[in-house]
Amino acid sequence: MKKTIVTVVGKDAVGIIAKVCTYFANNQINILDISQTITGGYFNMMMVVDMSASPKPIKEAAHELAQIGEEIGCVINCQSEDIFDMMHRI
Amino acid sequence: MINIYEVAETNRMIEHENLDVRTITLGISLLDCADSDLETLKKNIYEKITTTARDLKKTGDDIEAEYGVPIVNKRISVTPIALVGAGACKNSDDFVELAKTLDEAAKEVGVNLIGGYSALVSKAMTKADELLIRSIPKALKVTDRVCSSVNAASTKCGINMDAVRLIGQMIKETATLDAVNSSQACMKFVVFCNAPDDNPFMAGAFHGVTQADAVINVGVSGPGVVKRALENVRGESFETLCETIKKTAFKVTRVGQLVAKEASKRMNIPFGIVDLSLAPTPAIGDSVADILCEMGLEHAGAPGTTAALALLNDQVKKGGVMASSYVGGLSGAFIPVSEDQGMIDAVKAGALTLEKLEAMTCVCSVGLDMIAIPGDTSESTIAGLIADEMAIGMVNQKTTAVRVIPAAGKKVGDTVEFGGLFGYAPIMPVNSFSCDAFVGRTGSIPAPIHSFKN
Repeated sequence: MKKTIVTVVGKDAVGIIAKVCTYFANNQINILDISQTITGGYFNMMMVVDMSASPKPIKEAAHELAQIGEEIGCVINCQSEDIFDMMHRI
Repeated sequence: MINIYEVAETNRMIEHENLDVRTITLGISLLDCADSDLETLKKNIYEKITTTARDLKKTGDDIEAEYGVPIVNKRISVTPIALVGAGACKNSDDFVELAKTLDEAAKEVGVNLIGGYSALVSKAMTKADELLIRSIPKALKVTDRVCSSVNAASTKCGINMDAVRLIGQMIKETATLDAVNSSQACMKFVVFCNAPDDNPFMAGAFHGVTQADAVINVGVSGPGVVKRALENVRGESFETLCETIKKTAFKVTRVGQLVAKEASKRMNIPFGIVDLSLAPTPAIGDSVADILCEMGLEHAGAPGTTAALALLNDQVKKGGVMASSYVGGLSGAFIPVSEDQGMIDAVKAGALTLEKLEAMTCVCSVGLDMIAIPGDTSESTIAGLIADEMAIGMVNQKTTAVRVIPAAGKKVGDTVEFGGLFGYAPIMPVNSFSCDAFVGRTGSIPAPIHSFKN
């Protein structure tokens, strides 16, 4: 299974996780792990998700999540896990 | 599993420190296109390029979206055209026709530059080589995306001074023909010593004859990432400095390796090499000169610059080599003037001279790059500059190159604007004492004694 990493960074506000999770539920994207911190008033969340059952290709999902991010004032990235594995694991 | 801090670090590099894959360059062999009829040759070349590179742009865009890392350029390099066109081209204008074909093919597949309008003449020129070199000014004038290069020297063959002299004339002619555009056409031409045949970076990319039919080469970049990492080790020892550069270079190169392998898989074209280069752009924070300053220099060009650059270049290679299965191309720190805001500032401050840049080229890739010089610089002076740089490469068994822009009508103190990624450049003074009688001699400079290793 190829995992995808979704990151949400922005000002903390009510309903950020709800918005993102609703998108996942609507697109058959399964959440495997969530970690979250708030540093300096900024909300910083990482989700590890499985998109293998989703009808959406990652490119399209990344685009739509970025749009949701704009609506709620956050930066949302959706990237294949490979780039992080390559960079941080030997 | 990957943790949130590692993810945040990668994304900070991409979003704030200009980490990107500078280019995916698809090398295409045109040897099988050769024909004695010019029209057939043109048709063969166009079809080979547009078929092989059909999915290049889309593949690059898809990978960019999937991994969230910008892939700035998608480019093509081809077999040196002097070889491909030797049978069909009877004069320089015939070669210009081939340049137009390359331009059309590049536009059709949506790549921004195509390299390989080239000749390999380190020992001597064939008739076709000479015709191609003579056609360069016109070819660069009538095309938009074609890049040209000549390998005029090598450690094994010496320096072809007849070619160097001719190239001096051609650079001058290119500048004059393109005077209305600040002689920008000169940016699309570079002359090499020891040119690598798997280089993905323009203007010097060509697909060497030792290569496969098609190959994917990738050039990574990230001066801003190195600069940022060094901000955390101010005042620390050289050991710490070197370790920091190595670790950062490793991370940057891994991204290039990933993109190269993925592009290779998706296009079903073999992976060639990753070029581990620090290639600056005029964007603030994307400067090699800024790294040198972060190491402790007031400006690039100050005493200590050559040592700092040597250290940087070596550590980039040491960190990068482990990150990729195949490394090649130019690999090292680039020191172009007009594409690096820190270099421009150093020139303006009077800290950086042409002579210091020449010294710096002894310890890094590549050479005198993107340097604007007065429009009235003579052909023989340009040839002399090239000969010096070729000598450095030949004797030190490394790649060196010259890409200068004798900006028509401009003099020292002026600035020449190139726009976009190419930036702008202050006109740098050139030593005006004559070398006419030296470069006027015919023939070539023999290979150095240490080239006889067999």
